[in-house]
Amino acid sequence: MTTELTDKLRQVFVEALELPADVDVDNLKYRDIEQWDSLGHMTLVAAIEDAFDVQLDTEQVIDMSSFKVALDMLRGMNVDG
Amino acid sequence: MADTTPAPLAGRVVVVTGGTRGIGRATAGLLAQAGASVVVTGRDDVRVKAVAAELSEANGVPVSGVAFDVADFDAVGPAFKAIAAQHGRIDGLVANAGILEDALIGMIKADLVERLLATNVAGTIATVQAAARVMMRKGGGSIVVLASIVGEHGNLGQTAYAASKAAVATVARSAAKELGPRGIRVNAVAPGMIDTDMIAHLPEKMITDRVANTALRRLGDPLDVARVIRFLISDEAAFVTGQVLGVDGGLVL
Repeated sequence: MTTELTDKLRQVFVEALELPADVDVDNLKYRDIEQWDSLGHMTLVAAIEDAFDVQLDTEQVIDMSSFKVALDMLRGMNVDG
Repeated sequence: MADTTPAPLAGRVVVVTGGTRGIGRATAGLLAQAGASVVVTGRDDVRVKAVAAELSEANGVPVSGVAFDVADFDAVGPAFKAIAAQHGRIDGLVANAGILEDALIGMIKADLVERLLATNVAGTIATVQAAARVMMRKGGGSIVVLASIVGEHGNLGQTAYAASKAAVATVARSAAKELGPRGIRVNAVAPGMIDTDMIAHLPEKMITDRVANTALRRLGDPLDVARVIRFLISDEAAFVTGQVLGVDGGLVL
């Protein structure tokens, strides 16, 4: 389940932020790349909510500062891949 | 060409905060007439449910009522989350909830300012934020916030209230820039003197003077404002965003 979750979240990041193939998604942090700016962040949040059928609260949106944090957050919500 | 279909908002879900009285209620009624599924919100659960039932019966569309106080910033997000879960989407928001308290400069107390800012400014921001997050997931939407002519021009005895409404207009202008790329339009209406409960306490002379200073020589009706809000919510206004539209009959303050 964990691998599935990671793979799915990675795919969400790639599609929502329109990332090129060579980006190291797993180590990506907010504002590391131009695509993940504040507007990109909102797109990403919306994509995660859609993909995993969750609604993030404002604190989670603000705290989601990296791929790893996002992954931990979803795990903490017992989200399935 | 104007959309002349009988139900141009059919299939849309529109939330009207402060929807149990005055402009909010008139707007909820017009939106329901246009076929929208309307969610009316207010602080009083009994009143909210009663208004929702009346509007639903009168218009033959689903109208639901949800009670919460927009001044409770942390309550707004969960309320919208529940609305989105129930309806599956939110296409429109009329952030109408607001309070009016007058005081001359020398009489303004800190708690009056805090109340006005909590409901009119923070409440509007919380509502726009919560609705926008749902709209983003569905690819867009339309938001209308309620500013005021006094926020644009100022008014004697309304320094704090006018400041709060000026801030609301700025919410529309700023949010429009931020949310436009996500397909969400944000506009404000700035009513003049409208015949609602909010002016019931004013002296007759003041109302007479205001009417004399209004080009159309009458008070506004809540429906005058509601029609403009309906327009801004609809696709008729598809290329309108970041605007503060006066609905004041030509009132000069």
